[in-house]
Amino acid sequence: MSEGSILPRPEIVREPVAAGALGVVEKPLSAWERATNIGALRKFALLVGLALVWEVYARWLNNPLLLPTFMATLEAFVRGVVDGELLGKAATSLRVLLIGYALGIACAALLTFLAILTRVGTDLLELLTSMFNPLPAIALLPLALIWFGLGYGSIVFVIIHSVLWAVALNTHAGFLSVSTTLRMVGRNYGLTGLRYVTAILIPAAFPSILTGLKIGWAFAWRTLIAAELVFGVSSGAGGLGWFIYENKNQLDIPNVFAGLFTVIVIGLVVENAIFRWIEVRTVRKWGMQS
Amino acid sequence: MSASSDATPLVDVRGMTLQYKTPDRLVTATYRVDFQVYPGDRFVVLGPSGCGKSTLLKAIGGYHAPVEGEIRLKGTRVGKPGPDRMMVFQEFDQLLPWRTVRENVAFPLIASGRCAARDVAQRTQASIVKVGLQEFADSYPHMLSGGMKQRVAIARAMAMEPDVLLMDEPFAALDALTRRRMQDELLTLWSDTRFTVVFVTHSIAEAIKVGSRILLLTPHPGQVRAELNSLPPDADAGALAALERRIHAMLFAEPADARAVAA
Repeated sequence: MSEGSILPRPEIVREPVAAGALGVVEKPLSAWERATNIGALRKFALLVGLALVWEVYARWLNNPLLLPTFMATLEAFVRGVVDGELLGKAATSLRVLLIGYALGIACAALLTFLAILTRVGTDLLELLTSMFNPLPAIALLPLALIWFGLGYGSIVFVIIHSVLWAVALNTHAGFLSVSTTLRMVGRNYGLTGLRYVTAILIPAAFPSILTGLKIGWAFAWRTLIAAELVFGVSSGAGGLGWFIYENKNQLDIPNVFAGLFTVIVIGLVVENAIFRWIEVRTVRKWGMQS
Repeated sequence: MSASSDATPLVDVRGMTLQYKTPDRLVTATYRVDFQVYPGDRFVVLGPSGCGKSTLLKAIGGYHAPVEGEIRLKGTRVGKPGPDRMMVFQEFDQLLPWRTVRENVAFPLIASGRCAARDVAQRTQASIVKVGLQEFADSYPHMLSGGMKQRVAIARAMAMEPDVLLMDEPFAALDALTRRRMQDELLTLWSDTRFTVVFVTHSIAEAIKVGSRILLLTPHPGQVRAELNSLPPDADAGALAALERRIHAMLFAEPADARAVAA
C-alpha cells in the first residue's frame, strides 16, 4: 500500500509528574468509613432498628396478650436469665441438640465416606437422601415415641434424621465438585483411602461441608423445639420448647416471647460467632470464599 | 551421571496405544507411539491440539492405562500414579488452597515419606529459594499471580527430586511476557540440577527453546511424525528459523512438502 494513506504522526514522550506534586495519592479512611466496614457493627445497627420497629408497633397495638413490647420481652428474658430458669431450659435443650447433631454428623460422615469409595455407596446415599430428605423429622416423632418411648431417645432420633441428610447431601456434592487437577495432585503424592479423603477431599470441599453443617444446625434446632412442643411433660426438666408451651398455657405471653428470644439469641451467637470463627480461619483465609 | 546409566532409557515407551471413552464414543488418542527419554533430557512432546499429547503425559504419570504397548520407568512397568513422577499442570488450581507456599512444597515430601522428617524444612526452603519465592513462602496461593503459582508448582515438583518431571503445558495459561521469563528460568534451573523433564506444548517456538529433543506427533490419532534434536539457546537466528519452518512443515503441510523442506 502507499505510505501516504496514513498521516505521519509525531511520537509522544512524556515525563510523569512527581508523586509528591499530585496531591492525595493515598490517605486513611475516615472513622465513619472504617466503622461501616465492620460487618458486626452494621448487623448490630440493623438489630437495633428491628427492635425499635417492634417496640413502636407493640406500643401502638397496646395488647400485651397478642404482642408484648420489646422492653417487656427483654425484661422477662433478663428475669428468666437471672433466676436461672431460662438458662436451665436452654442448657437442657442444647445438651440434647448437641448429642443429636454430633451423632447426625457422624452418620453423614460414614455414609459419604462409603459413597466416595464405592459406586454402591454412591447409589445408596443418593437413594436414601432422595427418600428421606423431604420427610419432615417431626413426622417421624410418633414412630420414634413407640420405638424409644417418651424421653430424650426419641428427640435425639428425630434430630439425627434432620441433620443427617442435609449434611450428607452437601458434603457429597462438595466432594464431587473438587477439581480434577486437585484430585490428580493428591494421587500424584501417592495418597489413597482415608489419607486421600482427609488431606485432599475434605479441605477442598470445605465450603460445601460448612454450608451443610450450618443447614444441619438450623434443622436440628427446628426439630428440637417442635418436638419439645409436642411433649416435654414426662421428660422431667423439659427444654425451651416446653418452656414456651407451658407459658402459653398460663397466658404469660412475655415469657413465651422470652423463650423464642432465647432461641434467636443462641442462633445468632452460633452463626455469627462459632461458624463465623471457623469460616475466617478456613475458607476465607484460603481464598475459597470472599 | 555415569556413561552406562546414560545408555539405558529412563522412560521407555513402546507401541503405546491410548484410548478413552466419552459418553457416546471410543476415541483413540495415540496409536503405537514409541520413544525413549534418557537421563538429563529436556524431552518435548509437540503437536497440534487433538494429537493426544496430554493423554500421553497422563499415561506416563500413571493416570491412564495403555490398551496396547507399555511404559517402563527405569525398567519397571508404570501402573499407577506415584511421587517418582511429579506432575506440573497447566491449571493454576493445582496448588492446595488451604496450605501456604511453604506447606504446599513440604506436604508431598512428608506425605510420600520421600525425605527424612528433619530434612523437610531445609529441602523445602532450598527449593523455594531456587524459584525466587522466599519472600512469599508464608503466603496462600490465592494471593499469588499466575506465574508465581506455576513457580510454586515447579518448586514443589523439584523438591521431590523425582525420576522424571512431567510438565503439561505449564506456561500455556500465562501472559506472553511471563511465559518467556518462565522458560528462561526453567532452563536456568535445568542447568543447575540437570533433571529429566518431559514437557508437553503446542507451541513450536516454546518446543525449540525449552527442549533438547523434540517428539512431533500427528493429530487424530497421535502417531510419531519425527524425533528431532533441538538447537542450543545461543544458536543463530537463521538456524532457529529454519528448524521452526521445518517443524511447521512437518506438522501442517502435506508429507511431500515436508520432505522438500527437510532436504
